Amino acid sequence: MLSQKVDRRDGKLAMAHFYVAFIALAIGGLAGLLQVLVRSGKFELPAGIGYYQVLTVHGVVLGLVLTTFFIMGFQLAATSKTSGTLTSKQRTIGWIGFWTMTIGTALAATMILLNEATVLYTFYAPLQAHALYYIGLTLVIVGSWLDGAAIIMKYTEWRKANPGQPSPLMTFMSLVNTLMWMVATIGVASTVLIQLLPWSLGLVETVNVGVSRTLFWYFGHPLVYFWLLPAYMAWYVVIPKVIGAKVFSDSLARMSFILFLLFSIPVGFHHQLLEPGIDPAWKFLQVILTFLVVIPSLMTAFSLFATFESFGRSKGGSGLFGWFKKLPWGDARFTVPFIGMVAFIPAGAGGIVNASHQMNQVVHNTIWVTGHFHLTVATAVVLTFFGVSFWLVPHLTGRKLTKKINKLGLIQGSLWAIGMTFMSGAMHAAGLLGAPRRSAYSEYGGAAQAIEWIPYQIAQAVGGSILFIAIILMLYIFINLAFFAPKGEEEFPVGEVAHEAEKAPMVFENWKLWLGITVLLVLFAYTVPFIDMIQNAPPGAKGFKLW
Amino acid sequence: MHMHKFEKVWLIFGVAALLVFLTVLGVSAFYLGNQPPSCLATIDPEKVDTTAPFNEPGLKKVEGKDWDYELVFVAQAFAYTPGEVEVPLGAKVKVIATTKDVIHGFEVAGTNINMMVEPGYISEHVTVFDKPGEYLILCNEYCGTGHHMMTSKIKVVE
Amino acid sequence: MAQTQLKNKTHTEVEDGSSLKGTLASVFFVGIFIVLTWVGVYFLYLDRF
Repeated sequence: MLSQKVDRRDGKLAMAHFYVAFIALAIGGLAGLLQVLVRSGKFELPAGIGYYQVLTVHGVVLGLVLTTFFIMGFQLAATSKTSGTLTSKQRTIGWIGFWTMTIGTALAATMILLNEATVLYTFYAPLQAHALYYIGLTLVIVGSWLDGAAIIMKYTEWRKANPGQPSPLMTFMSLVNTLMWMVATIGVASTVLIQLLPWSLGLVETVNVGVSRTLFWYFGHPLVYFWLLPAYMAWYVVIPKVIGAKVFSDSLARMSFILFLLFSIPVGFHHQLLEPGIDPAWKFLQVILTFLVVIPSLMTAFSLFATFESFGRSKGGSGLFGWFKKLPWGDARFTVPFIGMVAFIPAGAGGIVNASHQMNQVVHNTIWVTGHFHLTVATAVVLTFFGVSFWLVPHLTGRKLTKKINKLGLIQGSLWAIGMTFMSGAMHAAGLLGAPRRSAYSEYGGAAQAIEWIPYQIAQAVGGSILFIAIILMLYIFINLAFFAPKGEEEFPVGEVAHEAEKAPMVFENWKLWLGITVLLVLFAYTVPFIDMIQNAPPGAKGFKLW
Repeated sequence: MHMHKFEKVWLIFGVAALLVFLTVLGVSAFYLGNQPPSCLATIDPEKVDTTAPFNEPGLKKVEGKDWDYELVFVAQAFAYTPGEVEVPLGAKVKVIATTKDVIHGFEVAGTNINMMVEPGYISEHVTVFDKPGEYLILCNEYCGTGHHMMTSKIKVVE
Repeated sequence: MAQTQLKNKTHTEVEDGSSLKGTLASVFFVGIFIVLTWVGVYFLYLDRF
């Protein structure tokens, strides 16, 4: 089964997701360029377009659309590849999911373009967007559940056909991410359907702000792990095959994914550390849980280095770091995701700082945070997705990654690394000086402190412009691989396990156990403070449209 | 499940580092009282102007409390009241803020005073203003078109 | 004597092929980076009011 190509019909479904994802990259990338230019102070938006409207486009289109569409397409393709072609029922559900997500995206996008929803992708109440914006985002989530249902059904079918066998690693990982996503999105679906939608339709007058934010962040942190886990899937399973090595350990990879399922969700308070209405002891409890989710990433770091070192030594690399030179640096399928892995080192370090309870006061809502997630999602995750596209798109369209496109891919990755070093580096530095995130250019009444931030904003504009060139290059590569590259066969690399003898323990497939612990941890971390929030609620907040 | 010896060494180091971080944070927060702003008091967001202490924004000397002054701010789109305030150097001050409309940020740039201000809630933070200078207050949570124009100023003077 | 020598030789070869000492050094570089970042911001926190 492993040598099989992904079925063309499943390939079409995955490709449909990728078309939307890369259109989102084009639009969101342009929005990002406009933002860094405005913030440099040397450029003003034409035709009365608002900075925050552009910012809403950037966040929604890249944070929600690009990621969700790419991830669902990738996971469907990976499941089809490793567990067999989808049944026509599964594929139909996948298509319904795709169209639901697409219609939702179009609705939300229309409302943003009409300036009816300039509330950013976090849509914090009591800023009140048009009801169709909330409905659109809900449809994106519901569509992703349908895509996820297709993956769950395929997994169940495989397990029935192979009793007593651990599921294929890529299917397992896709499943874990799908389950985590479903548990997490309940939060945002609840606040939208129960609170924001009736309120925006005028059925109720006020909204409980604390509850809404808590439900949002119950979703908001697992959201970032939903982005990260498919990248980890590529790092654990695909990259070893690309370089010609083995998967370091099947069991440890599964264990780290289970730990992500358990600890990604009960940690939302670390986004709410500086807000009133939550007892600090409960905040600290979730800080502890947040630190636990660092551990599977530490395991991942070890596994990856071990894969690289074993491979490099088998090629004759000697000494402490001789193996490093033996890695296939000329292969964009490896090198571009590798740049992403390197970016995850400062990204992870910054993340630990952000989650450190009172230390959050130094960085909260400063542009340091923007610098942080441009290393996590906008470098580690996105460069890995690009690296996956280099082989997955031609694999699905029956084409080849040519030497020329491979070279362009390497240039693209290098430009990204350079651009992001400037942009994210300057964001981190300015953030420590106090420069805020999510703000248009401002001299703050000539305040001396704000003047100090301007050189950093110019550095961000330089970095952002380089990144925009890298985005154009990536769009060219994607269009080439989807429509113009020479016909042929491109491999779908699925790594084999180093110790064939060691079968993954079946306990990893016990979903009653893992979902049970997940729910228990959520109840443990949230029940008391959530009830407290409702019982001691202030008078509700009326809606405002301040843009 | 097999785990390489070096991986165990690495994980022990990693977990130990995380525990040290948590211990430092925990002792600082629960023993020394350096908690992140987490005031549990509520207020009617439509009656802010008539509710004490927000009916009189600004710096006020207080007696018989753990702090010498209370510094009261009202946030609304797109301004803070007061728009500028002087604080004596070395004063122990409780900064108190709330909002009359949407969510705002309250950040005193270059300091640890950084808190969310949310409708219906009161936000507080106690600190000693021990370095002289002019500090910019700004809104660091998106609140609408004029978000980046929303500022105030604290002068710490001898 | 001969046996010991033979053993030694095999031993070195195996260790070179499967050694993960570079991995250990690399992850510790990562670990130290994390600690330095954290301590740096913590001191910033302590220094500010």
